[in-house]
Amino acid sequence: MSEIINAPVFKKVELILKNEFEGVLSEELKTKSSSILDGIQMPTTRTEAWKYTRLGKINNKKFTVRKGDVSDISSFIITKDVYTLVFVNGFLNSTLSSGTLPEGIICQSINEANSDSTFTKYIGQNLRLEEEVFNSLNTLNSADGVFIHIGSKVILDKPLQILHILSETNTISNLRNLIVCEKNSEAKIIQGYFSENATDSFTNVVTEVFVEENAHLTIDKIQYENDSCYHVATEQVQQEKNSTFTINTVTLNGAIVRNNLNIEVVGQNCLTNLNGTYLLKGNQHVDNHTIVDHKAPNCESHELYKGVVNDQSTAVFNGKVFVRKDAQKINAFQSNANVLLSDESTVNSKPELEIYADDVKCSHGSTTGQLDEEAVFYLRARGLSEKSARKLMIGAFVNDVLKKIENEEVKTFIFEILHQRFDWELSN
Amino acid sequence: MITIKNLHASIDGKEILKGLNLEVKPGEVHAIMGPNGAGKSTLASVLAGREEYEITEGTVDFDGKDLLDLKTEDRAREGLFLAFQYPIEIPGVSNINFLRAALNEIREYRGEEPISAKDFLILVREKSAIVELDPKLASRSVNEGFSGGEKKRNEIFQMAMLNPKLAILDETDSGLDIDALRIVANGVNKLKSKDNATIVITHYQRLLDYIIPDFVHVLYDGKIVKTGTKELALDLEERGYDWIKEEMSL
Repeated sequence: MSEIINAPVFKKVELILKNEFEGVLSEELKTKSSSILDGIQMPTTRTEAWKYTRLGKINNKKFTVRKGDVSDISSFIITKDVYTLVFVNGFLNSTLSSGTLPEGIICQSINEANSDSTFTKYIGQNLRLEEEVFNSLNTLNSADGVFIHIGSKVILDKPLQILHILSETNTISNLRNLIVCEKNSEAKIIQGYFSENATDSFTNVVTEVFVEENAHLTIDKIQYENDSCYHVATEQVQQEKNSTFTINTVTLNGAIVRNNLNIEVVGQNCLTNLNGTYLLKGNQHVDNHTIVDHKAPNCESHELYKGVVNDQSTAVFNGKVFVRKDAQKINAFQSNANVLLSDESTVNSKPELEIYADDVKCSHGSTTGQLDEEAVFYLRARGLSEKSARKLMIGAFVNDVLKKIENEEVKTFIFEILHQRFDWELSN
Repeated sequence: MITIKNLHASIDGKEILKGLNLEVKPGEVHAIMGPNGAGKSTLASVLAGREEYEITEGTVDFDGKDLLDLKTEDRAREGLFLAFQYPIEIPGVSNINFLRAALNEIREYRGEEPISAKDFLILVREKSAIVELDPKLASRSVNEGFSGGEKKRNEIFQMAMLNPKLAILDETDSGLDIDALRIVANGVNKLKSKDNATIVITHYQRLLDYIIPDFVHVLYDGKIVKTGTKELALDLEERGYDWIKEEMSL
């Protein structure tokens, strides 16, 4: 008789089959990441932070790090009058990039930035590696990305557009960005994630952001890779006093998309705006995980996420706001609203507040429901077809978030995709 | 214009309309009065095409078309308009944008070209003046944050924009003060022509001081039990409905 022992089998995270490129971050960071990866497994739904997102589809694949080639990027250009950086599979493509940035701004590939003292000071400083598979994977393997350093008092005259294009089958991109906005500076950054002839490929991007005293940074982000691609994005942000940080995340496609926004507000009088919208169909799974950590008093944060979920798709929202003990006079607002368009679609929404200070004003709310049928009837009674009435109402629902985007060209680009993908008519 | 014959309608298995007959000709104004629960709003809902109601018997002919066979939007496109008793607030949907879309779908249905942006704006200006609706309100989200009076004026503004053959005003006077009532009634009167018709559903006689009906009908227990002229409304105001009940049971 043999004895069967049901001991858990330890399965190391081995997503990368082939990588002929060496990670460019410091040996110290790489060694640390490597040893973390040796000791952990892919998170499962038993891990609280991944409770509603199964990673089996990613874990069962083997990805390759490779440079890719994209000939025509015209359909990915979100806005024209800007500085543009183009990355293919996580590698900078300088031929496709354009525009010369004004003085006072450093914008270079991270593999040229290792001698820059600002870069070495900030890279990896706040990013948690322990127990974080994707952060560690990125830190160990990242071969390219952009280092943007906006000097003190510099105001970027035009937005900086960063386009990332994923190509070929089973590709992994470990794009790694560092954005440092010095005192009194101001910048607007547009990020677009796309795919071209890519299947089952994976973007694992980490962006570290430092918004120093009285600096103002806005990021508009469009995620539009195809419905077989995976995307894990982590934004690790630190805000110093009197600063403003705004990020608008618009998720339009992707098989599994996970967005981690970790915002640490360490200075007083800061303003933080997190807006997001996700429009899903098919079997898509989109998970927005946000943390706003108020460590200093007299700050304000606003968070608005709205989604429309169709077919068999699933949306997850987990928003957490911490107000630390000494962070008095905080105003923190968080709202998540969802519309389900089919009986088989799912939403898991978990807004959380953890407050240790006693003089704060915080609120959070979450709603998930269907379109207001009374309103649909009202519009039809005026002569609109049922389809038009529903489209109009979905558009209005989503537009609440899209109108937070100030750049009209970015909005028009999004409206165009919504028109192509969902046949919705939205306008400014 | 509209001929309703022996209309029976029920909701959740409960019969509300029990054999209603009514004929309205172009150029006419009909008032329908009656006590609570008589079926006044049900009649409006059934004519507009609310799906919760089940039609068990009867016919409704609307200018040669079988109205009950048409979808809600097609009834509107054929020229039927319902001014809601409780206009719906629709956050984020602009009043003007949706009206333009509606107008164009109506025009498409009738084989007409879409209205140009310029002509549309002229129309908005002209029609909002009829009900003294601030053009700023006209371009806000549908009824969002509107006062009770503004909502009712917006209903008549939409009616003016869509220029229906038959308008059904469902308790349009409810919740209106006397000034708003006058404005709304004036609006309706200005839109009146020899080619269109109006059905005014109301609880109170006072609206009929402003919108003079050609006929007054008393709806009671799902049927029209009495028809008269505007004097009947005054009678009802003074004596209530009990005498009709008594007359009925005789």
